[in-house]
Amino acid sequence: MRKIAIYGKGGIGKSTTTQNTVAGLATLGKKVMVVGCDPKADSTRLLLGGLQQKTVLDTLREEGEDVELEDILKPGFKGTMCTESGGPEPGVGCAGRGIITSINLLEQLGAYTDDKKLDYVFYDVLGDVVCGGFAMPIREGKAQEIYIVVSGEMMAMYAANNICKGIVKFAEAGGVRLGGLICNSRKVDRELDLITALADRLGTQMIHFVPRENQVQRAELNRKTVIDFSPEHPQANEYLALASKIQDNQKFVIPTPLPIEELESLLVEFGIAN
Amino acid sequence: MDAPITEKVAPAIDPEEVKKELLAKYPPKVGRKRSQQIYIKENEGPEDREVLSNVRTVPGIVTMRGCTYAGCKGVILGPTRDIVNITHGPIGCGFYSWLTRRNQTDASAPGAENYIPYAFSTDMQDEDIIFGGEKKLKRAIQEAYDLFKPKAIAIFSTCPVGLIGDDVHAVAREMKALLGINIFGFSCEGYKGVSQSAGHHIANNKIFTEVIGTSDTPNRTGKYNINMLGEYNIGGDAFEIERILDKCGITVNATFSGNSTYNDFASAQMADLSCVMCHRSINYVADMMETKYGIPWIKVNFIGAHATAKSLRRIAAHFGDPELIAKVEAVIAEEMPLVEAALAKIKPRTTGKTAMLFVGGSRAHHYQELFAELGMTTLAAGYEFAHRDDYEGRHVIPTIKIDADSRNIEELHVEADPERYSPRMSEEDMKAREESGWKYKEYEGLVPDMAPKTMIIDDLNQYEADKLIEMYKPDIFCAGIKEKYSVQKMGVPLKQLHSYDYGGPYAGFRGAVNYYKDIDRMVNTKVWSKVKAPWAADGPELTACYVAG
Repeated sequence: MRKIAIYGKGGIGKSTTTQNTVAGLATLGKKVMVVGCDPKADSTRLLLGGLQQKTVLDTLREEGEDVELEDILKPGFKGTMCTESGGPEPGVGCAGRGIITSINLLEQLGAYTDDKKLDYVFYDVLGDVVCGGFAMPIREGKAQEIYIVVSGEMMAMYAANNICKGIVKFAEAGGVRLGGLICNSRKVDRELDLITALADRLGTQMIHFVPRENQVQRAELNRKTVIDFSPEHPQANEYLALASKIQDNQKFVIPTPLPIEELESLLVEFGIAN
Repeated sequence: MDAPITEKVAPAIDPEEVKKELLAKYPPKVGRKRSQQIYIKENEGPEDREVLSNVRTVPGIVTMRGCTYAGCKGVILGPTRDIVNITHGPIGCGFYSWLTRRNQTDASAPGAENYIPYAFSTDMQDEDIIFGGEKKLKRAIQEAYDLFKPKAIAIFSTCPVGLIGDDVHAVAREMKALLGINIFGFSCEGYKGVSQSAGHHIANNKIFTEVIGTSDTPNRTGKYNINMLGEYNIGGDAFEIERILDKCGITVNATFSGNSTYNDFASAQMADLSCVMCHRSINYVADMMETKYGIPWIKVNFIGAHATAKSLRRIAAHFGDPELIAKVEAVIAEEMPLVEAALAKIKPRTTGKTAMLFVGGSRAHHYQELFAELGMTTLAAGYEFAHRDDYEGRHVIPTIKIDADSRNIEELHVEADPERYSPRMSEEDMKAREESGWKYKEYEGLVPDMAPKTMIIDDLNQYEADKLIEMYKPDIFCAGIKEKYSVQKMGVPLKQLHSYDYGGPYAGFRGAVNYYKDIDRMVNTKVWSKVKAPWAADGPELTACYVAG
């Protein structure tokens, strides 16, 4: 079983990319579980065809100790298993602690045991690595591979670089490695070159360039992944390609995050300055 | 067999060598910092060198200090009997700050409320951390109100409350409006300050702004009304002090906070003199009481029979009534024979013995009085949470560096109360008194009273305590529960000056006699010579080795 965490700047398209990629892996015949680690609980909507009704933490609150795996783990597109950690409303309590609690509960309930015959677990994590709780999936070996969703926009690259710092921190102790950058294109000038160069500097690869395409939006409106909604559309092939590349990926590294000045000069070199 | 009466002179150890030895184990940077916290007294009387204090303990050092929550809930509000004190946090914080300081209270009056025997806590669970604990706190307040209908409820924040951002003050305001009783919250998260001293400050500030001055009808009133500030009635100290003051015709309006009630605090502005016992925990309240209500303050000390007599005379002299002065002299004359009789019996056995005191922010100073009365020498002393003024005297206050940690604690800006300010002494009167050698608002600190070649060590830790005991072999060590058993395993009795073990009161005249007896028992028992096992003390150690066969 490969355990993968998807990180990236808020709003970059992590949940969309994760679910479309998972749909690709499922189409390739893989058994995948998705763990949404965002208090908004919208990481599995496209696979389930709607929002998960009960999150792990809601269930824990209502049922107390008597939580059953079936209460919180729902089957979605092509047998993918979906769960949402959930968490407090904005401005209250500690969402990070919530993620720690719900991942521990999933483990206790046996969500990851061999009899589940899982090929992949995906953790879709909120925003940047904001505190210890959100780093949970990359601590203690919960996730072994990380993919960072990024675009050619400056703040997205800043975030990617920061996440790499988090990975370095946990790489020694937990053995986590960076599998690559996923470029979710924003149609920025020379975006492909820029992200390829960034990946190179970070010591990793740009595993796939996902072009910007309105079909993703249309599928989302229908609460579906592109592969589910329009398997014949070229964008469906992009996600299948990304899924195969992840399936075949051999390049796992401890990244080499850039000093801020270097990151900025990279932007000047490839960015709008030219 | 009683221990022989021997004149034991303080060991001729060079304190500079001791200091070197204490610092030898530290990394250079830590050593430099600790070096400024280890002070060697050079001459008799005051000295003008700095004692580094009220600074963060270097992580990894096993400090004797407590936390901000402990200072706020445990020390200041804990001894008050009719406020429901709710700890907002996981259960351990509430449980371990419950009854551990042995604050006594007299709730014998008909209908008197006493919540000290209860431990109130919101018992936060994982889910309260995740989703926030405000709702649970509201339910806890409601439940406490329904059960007890108290006059006031206080909320104490523990570490996780600060981390998740529960707004205890908003909850307090809401529930105060709903229930119509005084409800106030303290942001006294354990990590907030350098030591428990920050917690004292947070507690006292809130009592000052939310409670003092809200009632004009004190529970007691007499001809001479005083407040006792910084007296926590451990082992019944405040009872003994009140007994003596009553006998003299001096009325204690409010004690902060031993044996106190909510109304004592609320009407404290009605007293005419503030008497400060523990300078560290409350001197700023005395200052604010003067600015806002016009009540002058003096430093007193009721630990030690002679110190008690001196303090009584100071109070009487302040009021200046010859009748009161004569009454105080009569009381002292009546009480002292008991003290002298006890000393006549005990002092020969304790004279020449040695003590070390590492406790509190005043106790390490006050208790030297009692040891001196017993003919004992203090070799080394220091505070856990004192500031520079507690060591060097109040004259250094303007020169104390304000750092991020002190800024973390709110400084109240106080002005004269438009209705309740009434200066008890005119400016000229006070000036005239001070010119004749009288001292208001004065505390000279620990340093002047320590003998040459003694050591003053701020924020002592376990390693240094062990080293000091090894080198000096004192006859008694005074600290708290965390230190008690590690020190006693080294064959030295430890007297707890936070809880008094099971003893007390030690204040006043009768308290002094209690202390003489307890110390006599501790320093003259043979049991400490038996700490080392006979086989370890006597013959050669048995050794064996494994021979592979």
